[in-house]
Amino acid sequence: MSESLPILTLLVVIPALGAAVVALLPGGNERLLKLVGVVFAGVALALAVALIFDYQADGGGFQFVSEHVWIRSFGISWKLGVDGISLFLVALTGVLFPLAIIGPEVHRDVKGYVAWMLLLEAGCMGVFLSLDLFGFFLFWELVLVPMYFLIGGWGYDRRIYATLKFFLYTMVGSALMLVGILAVVFLHQQATGVLTFDVVTLAETQSLASSTARWLFLAFAASFAIKVPIFPVHTWLPDAHTEAPTGGSVILAGIMLKLGTYGFLRFGLYLFPQAAVDLAPVFLTLGTIGIIYGAVVAIMQKDLKRLVAYSSVAHLGFIVLGTFGLSQQGLEGGVLQMVNHGLSTGALFFLVGMIYERRHTRLIAELGGIQRVAPVFAGVFMVVMLSSVGLPGLNGFVGEFLILIGTFVTHRWWAVVATAGVILAALYLLWAYQRVFHGQAEGANASFPEMTMRERAIMAPLVALIVVLGVYPQPVLDRIAPSVRELITHVEEHSDYRQPAAAAGTAER
Amino acid sequence: MMAQLEPINLPDVEWSLLAPEMILIGGAMALLVAGTFRRDRTMAAAACIFTVAVAVAAMVASWGIWADVGGGAGGARLAIADAVVVDGFAIFFTVVICTAVALGALLAHGYLKQERLEASSFYVLVMLSASGGVLMAKANDLILIFLGLEILSIALYVLAGYHQRREQSREAAIKYFVLGSFSSAFFLYGVALTYGATGSTNLGFIAEFLATQTVTGGVLLGGFAFLLVGLGFKVAAVPFHMWTPDVYQGSPTPVTGFMAAAAKAAGFAALLRIFYSAFGTEQLDWQPIVWALSVLSMVVGSVLAVVQTDVKRMLAYSSISHAGYVLIGLQAANDRGIAGSLFYLLAYTFLIVGSFATVAIVARKGDDRTGLDAYRGLARDRPGLAFAFTVFLLAQAGVPFTSGFLAKFYVISAAVEARSYAIAVIAMLASVVAAFFYLRLIVVMYMAEDQAMAGVGPETSAAAAATGDGDGTGTGDGGVATAVVTRVEIPVAAAIAIGLCLAFTVGAGLLPQPVIDFARHATLLRL
Repeated sequence: MSESLPILTLLVVIPALGAAVVALLPGGNERLLKLVGVVFAGVALALAVALIFDYQADGGGFQFVSEHVWIRSFGISWKLGVDGISLFLVALTGVLFPLAIIGPEVHRDVKGYVAWMLLLEAGCMGVFLSLDLFGFFLFWELVLVPMYFLIGGWGYDRRIYATLKFFLYTMVGSALMLVGILAVVFLHQQATGVLTFDVVTLAETQSLASSTARWLFLAFAASFAIKVPIFPVHTWLPDAHTEAPTGGSVILAGIMLKLGTYGFLRFGLYLFPQAAVDLAPVFLTLGTIGIIYGAVVAIMQKDLKRLVAYSSVAHLGFIVLGTFGLSQQGLEGGVLQMVNHGLSTGALFFLVGMIYERRHTRLIAELGGIQRVAPVFAGVFMVVMLSSVGLPGLNGFVGEFLILIGTFVTHRWWAVVATAGVILAALYLLWAYQRVFHGQAEGANASFPEMTMRERAIMAPLVALIVVLGVYPQPVLDRIAPSVRELITHVEEHSDYRQPAAAAGTAER
Repeated sequence: MMAQLEPINLPDVEWSLLAPEMILIGGAMALLVAGTFRRDRTMAAAACIFTVAVAVAAMVASWGIWADVGGGAGGARLAIADAVVVDGFAIFFTVVICTAVALGALLAHGYLKQERLEASSFYVLVMLSASGGVLMAKANDLILIFLGLEILSIALYVLAGYHQRREQSREAAIKYFVLGSFSSAFFLYGVALTYGATGSTNLGFIAEFLATQTVTGGVLLGGFAFLLVGLGFKVAAVPFHMWTPDVYQGSPTPVTGFMAAAAKAAGFAALLRIFYSAFGTEQLDWQPIVWALSVLSMVVGSVLAVVQTDVKRMLAYSSISHAGYVLIGLQAANDRGIAGSLFYLLAYTFLIVGSFATVAIVARKGDDRTGLDAYRGLARDRPGLAFAFTVFLLAQAGVPFTSGFLAKFYVISAAVEARSYAIAVIAMLASVVAAFFYLRLIVVMYMAEDQAMAGVGPETSAAAAATGDGDGTGTGDGGVATAVVTRVEIPVAAAIAIGLCLAFTVGAGLLPQPVIDFARHATLLRL
């Protein structure tokens, strides 16, 4: 990679360009459209992989920063940068999108599907890479539009209801966040005389009164909490996940939920350290409630896809716990768990989609005995499911373990309660697996087709990553740790919070 | 006796500064004469092209004056005994209104042909009303503002009723005329009270008077109130919005587009100049009233738009809520606020004309298929048109990378800068409500090919049965819309208009700096 190549800008622009190209192609040839789509998404993936190799593992700050003045009179720039927190989320985005484009069956208007997917990828990349509050907000809002069309256009029966609910929920959050962003910027200008939307400048040089900072943090947090989603604003999620087409669910669970947790790290903790410390107990409690509540509701579900959706509420609760636990290990685990959840829940949604394609039902009661007729399918499902449960040796374990250790040191009782969630996760997922795959295959289940080569090709990279990250997560943690340490140092410098010595150790060896 | 009368001192007229109005009025006169000689198809096309050319010429002329007043850098020029002020602000509005003329003319061509209406006098009225609007933007005297207001309005009354064979069009004209005259009377009364309190109708004199004297008593406040009522009517701010849905729905659709853009711009030009510039020192008196008007407009406009099933009415309510957003800029009463309002109005002009252009095309012959049902499956039949309309709707909803987002961003940032957090939050929440009905229309266009719609299907068919929510304007648009739908025809001129609107909406969304600079440098002469 030469210095002059604006790799981060390309990561945003190439998918967007791909969306435009696909939109201009004639609509008839489905293979060509998917091919073009996957080429553009593949280029983005290649760039993301190159980014990981070029990334200086021991540097905690922002790398590959590219900055160009965009709207001079507002102090807005096109500023992109990557650090250990966003690096692997960018990579995850790069991995999941090509799979979501070619993976699932698209039953109508392939052209529209591919074009919206690519635009969505550009938006997600933009959110993870933007270091300018204005650019961040633009991309944050932009991702709503393609997802709105994907759910509404390619979803299942109650798709219109689900997509409107999704759009309006998220927009309420964004509405408050925009006012918060503007308030941060103008209060900074009135204090320092510099009008800028640059996150780094704002975080380093602002001096907000603590009550003001708390309000502003809540304005941001409203938006992030809805996106994550944190109990009690999670109610859009089961509907959106269930009604979305397979590819949409994969991206929604795999990438878009991470926008919220990423937002908490990059903007919540970074811009308002004191407020985040003050309000941490609130979010820890909500996160813990989410873990238990999501798990309990998941146990009750009759619909396999809805079950996976509620399991996301529980898993995201862990990430919130790690974030607001404010310990080195907990934060490292939280960042890693974002990637893990993207892989395992993304893979689960792929598999549920495959089941639906075969059986045209997602009801657990109508499935059964699939293990006998489709052993490979069952095997893949089991690996992915166990990763989601958090079985040692697979990726889910590493993240959850680090989160619980870290949080135990700083906020013991929340960690104790949250640990129960791990057990509940085993309960609902194993029970679901048992009902769907064990027993005798009767009726339509007896002719359940085995996994095709194409489906194996889709699942292979996900399963491989699940195993690799479970067995040897060290290279990833090595890159996450310095940035997390910088973030915690920043919080300590700008608030009265001091990390207990026991929590400061990292997973680095 | 006769010899003792003093000669009247006629002020010098700086014609060069009045060039845009002169071009518009001259063009109107020329077309009026030419229209009496030929009334065939070629004449209709020629009249359309001529109108666009006149609008462009007026813009070019004002561009010349832009340099003359120092590129907007505060070098305002007063003319005709201080009754006219030419500053960057006035030129900005001249450009906005002339844009509306050009786009409106392009839009009208296909419509007039399709409805077999006489063409040239339509364009004459458009240009005349535009000259009134431009005059309002330049007026430095309350009397002259009133003059401009009447020139603008009277031509619009006629335009609203231009489709004489349609009952709704005639009804809209009468309604607009009666209520409009009423509001003009309010405005005039406001002028009188202001004169009574300050001793002049000249804005410069008023500003100086208010800066040096303390005015007590209710006369001046009464003046504020009545002026606000009169102009609030023109810009369709709640609670002076009652006419808007009926008139927007009944008027010929191209007229609605032009009216929504030009009349609102002219009204805001006067409103901003009078309150921010002349009454600037009395800010604390009028700010709360403007705050209330703004919030009411945003909330009422958005909420009532949600329950509309006729797209024209829906856009009418949405234009009411847009008025509320523009008022945020005035309420903030800082330079960013005024620039934000200007940016908003320019962006809105393209958005609203583009939207009504689509409505006019979808309404087809007879101009009555404006129910939600008429848009069902538009994405399949006319993907380009549906895409453009989607962009306009998303931009109005404030989705990023469109001019509409930046417009909202601009005014809300001004409010936050002025620490009016409450109005900023209300504005953002109202935009969420507004997003709902824009999205609903998009749902109908893209996702409603089958009847498996959860929220929209039953609602719209119920609406078709109810025909026009009970105020007697809609006549069975549901019945027509459910008939076998033929592919809509898109006239070339309208397609050009939509293309221009689309280019601006996306262009100003991606690279807004030039537009922002234009709005920022369009300084309002502080008196």
